[in-house]
Amino acid sequence: MLEMILINGLVSGGAYAVLAVGFSLIFGVAKILNMAHTAFYMITAFLLYVGTMMLGLPLIFSGILAVLIAGLVAMICYKLFFDRIKEHGTAVMIISIALALLFQEVFLLGFSGHYRRVPSFVPGATEIAGVSITYQHLFAIGISFVIIACVWVLLSKTRLGNAIRSVAQDREIANLMGIDVSRICLIVMGISGMLAGIAGVVVAPIFMVHPLMWVHPLVIVLAAVVLGGLESIKGSVIAAFILGFAETAVIYLVPGGGFLRGAVSLSVMVVVLMVRPEGLFGVLFEEERL
Amino acid sequence: MVEYLRWIYQWFRGEVFDIPGRLIAFIFVICILLVPFITDNQYVLRIFILAAIFAIFAASWDLLAGFTGQINLGHALFFGVAAYTSGMFNLHFHLSPLITIPIGSIMAVIVGLLAGIPALRLRGFYLALVTLSFPVILTGVVFAFSDFTGGELGIYGLSRLSGSRIGDYYITNLVMLVSLYIMYKFTDAGSKIIRTGVIFHAIREDEITARASGINTTRYKLLAFAMSGFFAGVAGGLYSHFVRIAGPSTLELLFSFQAILWSIFGGISTIYGAVAGVYILYPTIEFLAIYEVGDKIRFLIFALILIFTLLFMPEGITVWVRDKIEITCQRCKIINFALRHHCRACRAPLHLEKEKL
Repeated sequence: MLEMILINGLVSGGAYAVLAVGFSLIFGVAKILNMAHTAFYMITAFLLYVGTMMLGLPLIFSGILAVLIAGLVAMICYKLFFDRIKEHGTAVMIISIALALLFQEVFLLGFSGHYRRVPSFVPGATEIAGVSITYQHLFAIGISFVIIACVWVLLSKTRLGNAIRSVAQDREIANLMGIDVSRICLIVMGISGMLAGIAGVVVAPIFMVHPLMWVHPLVIVLAAVVLGGLESIKGSVIAAFILGFAETAVIYLVPGGGFLRGAVSLSVMVVVLMVRPEGLFGVLFEEERL
Repeated sequence: MVEYLRWIYQWFRGEVFDIPGRLIAFIFVICILLVPFITDNQYVLRIFILAAIFAIFAASWDLLAGFTGQINLGHALFFGVAAYTSGMFNLHFHLSPLITIPIGSIMAVIVGLLAGIPALRLRGFYLALVTLSFPVILTGVVFAFSDFTGGELGIYGLSRLSGSRIGDYYITNLVMLVSLYIMYKFTDAGSKIIRTGVIFHAIREDEITARASGINTTRYKLLAFAMSGFFAGVAGGLYSHFVRIAGPSTLELLFSFQAILWSIFGGISTIYGAVAGVYILYPTIEFLAIYEVGDKIRFLIFALILIFTLLFMPEGITVWVRDKIEITCQRCKIINFALRHHCRACRAPLHLEKEKL
């Protein structure tokens, strides 16, 4: 039981962490509250399905293709919609909700509302401490850790990462230092779309593929980003794992816990925020305190 | 008698007919009251009744989020709580809707005050997310205690609002008009009698400055939560008695988002924007459902309308229209038709920039 909670918590926590990193990147850099973020996750899961089950492409190849397409779609959305009205924060949020609805409806029309299954990347299972675990679970955990490490290296060790962080800290000064802010925003949008895509590709064989699969992760990702403190990538990763474990523990320990999974992880968030209004790793300026 | 009528006409001319926004609102009210005389199609009336209920709901979101700036992503909480409360009182104690709807609204006020407590500590995005979590948590509770709450099916078999569809129509629409009027008056920043409008605006623009000016922001934020909860609760109670089911769909995340979509589509922090958003978007979507093709693509069309309207009118459709048809006289600050060349009160020229060109 405990081993199952640990493994499944790591899988969903990892997926949420990858999603949350992408979400908080684009929020930090471009100040866009992108509600369509998890829709990109849904899109890649469907593209993976189309690539493997309908076109018969090899799994790895269609996975990479799906991730690239997700990044491209995110960049197109940014150029076509978000960039034009970026000074109206609420309108951007509504457009992102509308985009998510649009993608959902397109896939509902094309594929109807059935739950679909995608083959595993690595078939087979092994036994650890008496519990049988599929290789796909281990693969998902491994990939999410590798991706988070890659993002960390990208942000802290490269010139692009420096530019991204400086834009996040202060747009205008970054612009004065010769950084092309709108290009950085576009790149970050692409990276964030690809991160959502990687999460989608990795968990698609474990969870089912469905046009409405973006709603639940969206709630958890929003909760994780807030719980960890806005602007803090480290915080959102840790919070995503906390919420992933809380959710999995409820599913396994409480009878009828499947219904309560969202409720419990959000209750965790509410309790933490009541104690620490700035989130776990957020910074609150003294003059903002009320 | 004739003198009296002439006086009323003069008053109407000055206060309603010469101000484009009010003229549109007046025509809207007349049309709303005349709909049952034009058609007695049950389906059309049903759509208009639901539109009236959703108009109250969207406007109550606008009252809280647009005016006080407390962005609430889980507004369905108030709606759902009131729907469930009035449903349960109706089912278990056999009270009439006249009593259960107020009970539901008061319950929504209590929930609104409870939900307002985090608002005293949190702000902006953090608050938005905490409010988003409440209906999700409550949905989980509803499913977990399905013996009491009816689970996925909800509580059904509630008593009707009134005997007939037309009776339902007039009840919901009159409640809507009265609620909207009250909300509009309470948020009118230009009012000399009710100060809440200007205070709500001040809290949204700069809370610390509002506080420094001697406004008890805590009290006014809680007031906004309570009022918004009350009107959302009225909508919820009416809804549960009209469709005769109080189910978990009233607490859904997408239902909360709908209120936000309607309000921002129509124009945020204007009560009439929310109403216009509902009356433009909701019937369009519902009438599409009549056709077999339309039923499949209606949400696609909904999303496309939203995206393209907001791309070209990012402040909302009513604000865009208002700026086109209304012009404020620069000398005496009276609102005029944009077609006029001179102010109707002081004869000052209205389009100064255009004349320079």
